[in-house]
Amino acid sequence: MSTAAETITGAPAEKGRSLWIDAGLRLKRNRAAVTAAVILAFMTVLVVVGPWFSPYEYDFTDWDRILIPPDIASGHLFGTDGIGRDIFVRTLFGGRISLVVGLVATIVSLVIGIAYGATAGYLGGRVDHIMMRIVDILYAMPFMFFVILLMVLFGRNIVLIFVAIGAINWLDMARIVRGQTLSLKRKEFVEAAEALGVRPFRIIRRHIVPNLLGVVVVYVTLTIPQVILVESFLSFLGLGVQEPMTSWGALVNEGAQEMESAPWTLVFPAVFLATTLFCFNFIGDGLRDALDPKDR
Amino acid sequence: MLAYAFKRFIGALPTLFVLIALAFFMIRAAPGGPFDAERALPAEIEANLRAAYHLDEPLVQQFGRYLADLVRGDFGPSFQYKDYTVTELIMTGFPVSLRLGGLAMALAVVVGVAVGSLAALRQNSWIDHAVMSVSMTGISIPNFVMAPILILVFAILLGWLPAGGLGDGSPQNLVLPVISLALPQIAYISRLTRGSMIEVLRSNFVRTARAKGLSERTVIVRHALKPALLPVISYLGPTTAALVTGSVVIEQIFGVPGLGRYFVQGALNRDYTLVMGVIVFYGVLIVVFNLLVDLMYALLDPRVKY
Repeated sequence: MSTAAETITGAPAEKGRSLWIDAGLRLKRNRAAVTAAVILAFMTVLVVVGPWFSPYEYDFTDWDRILIPPDIASGHLFGTDGIGRDIFVRTLFGGRISLVVGLVATIVSLVIGIAYGATAGYLGGRVDHIMMRIVDILYAMPFMFFVILLMVLFGRNIVLIFVAIGAINWLDMARIVRGQTLSLKRKEFVEAAEALGVRPFRIIRRHIVPNLLGVVVVYVTLTIPQVILVESFLSFLGLGVQEPMTSWGALVNEGAQEMESAPWTLVFPAVFLATTLFCFNFIGDGLRDALDPKDR
Repeated sequence: MLAYAFKRFIGALPTLFVLIALAFFMIRAAPGGPFDAERALPAEIEANLRAAYHLDEPLVQQFGRYLADLVRGDFGPSFQYKDYTVTELIMTGFPVSLRLGGLAMALAVVVGVAVGSLAALRQNSWIDHAVMSVSMTGISIPNFVMAPILILVFAILLGWLPAGGLGDGSPQNLVLPVISLALPQIAYISRLTRGSMIEVLRSNFVRTARAKGLSERTVIVRHALKPALLPVISYLGPTTAALVTGSVVIEQIFGVPGLGRYFVQGALNRDYTLVMGVIVFYGVLIVVFNLLVDLMYALLDPRVKY
């Protein structure tokens, strides 16, 4: 498509570097973040397709090989647990759960946080005051206790985990988004939209939210590991997903009980969990540096 | 100052109210009750029991009664541990948790600040990179993964330290729990200190101090450290909350008889008053601690007016 400049001068217009291209270039130069992204991509693929290539099901009990160390010959790459289940497959299955919980709960907190923060920030005044006061009040709650309570009292189902974790993680998001919105709404393009008579919620949706994405992306990469951590914490306490399904937290818990005689039951899930969290944190850090206008 | 403290305390009251209400109604909304046992009680006995604990009253009235008792410092009797009041149970568990959490907090702040400052002073050196990588690892390894690994290495393989329990209360029983609790916090605090220290070292008043010819040591200790610590101080509030929740798991792993264990057990047993007691107790603790942190912040930062 030809631009106005092109039609006038006949020469192709200078292509501007957008914020995102710029950030992408800066990110590529950050070796730690790129390595983390590659490892994470590899782990995700492994977790998703790996179980299809394994000779064992996640709930299959190999009665002849109970609590054996890693062994290539029998196909138990990571060994088996106390009731003869293949740790390799279980680790990958646990990874599916952990990653899905991480993604879904983050999206839940994202949606609530953006809607709440953008509304408070854009409307301002008394509405903003009351909405942020509510966030302040909720912020001081020991939420982990409520999540534990929820899981204990209302049974352990996975939907509840999503909702509970998502519901406690939106507070930070709301605060960050509100701060950004406060500065965005003074910008000319918002004023122009207001002058044209666009209604508030349409302005929030079309003009405010898209401009929040930079901050949001950084925050998402830092929220996912937090959420995975909370889920594993719950599973570790025996309050997360239910047997025979599993997650990394639950596997670490089982492994911790067998570690004296069979350290491999602890080590493999622990390494997977830690590596994932490590990668997400590195990517988040890298993105923050890449998108930070101060360092430019 | 006192007026400010008072105002902040009044401001914290809605938080406490919401906390108590949320916990109270959430527990009551849950299926099951404290008198569900393997053997069902005869209906009239259960009715008497419920009447004795005022469980037959309307929920709002029960809530009012609970609040009134709470104001007088009475957490009520435990449903599960007969003959004990919740206050007695909290008072047996809390000193243990406090010792654990307090030591972990002290360790986290001292080591975190020292290591973070060191990294900032040698920015982009190998020390800096090493500190940052190690602390990123510390953030990425949850304490419930770290704890079993520490036990495996130091208790089982090397046999240097006991694997769990409090034993006769000697210090070596606390080494592993305190370290596993403190490690993630050390990681956070060192990153925080490094960031703010680097910023402070670039600021004008530090340049002035150096221009005056002060020794590097005086510049750091007298001029740079205090402002660099401000973010760390405001992070102490979340640290407390993290240590409190972390102790639930750590106490479970190491078999330490603290307050965290009562909480999980209480919730499983539908011990209404005990669970409420622990939540309210910890909630008040966190709220009060946040208050103290804010006051401390106001004292240390000359720009903050109250």
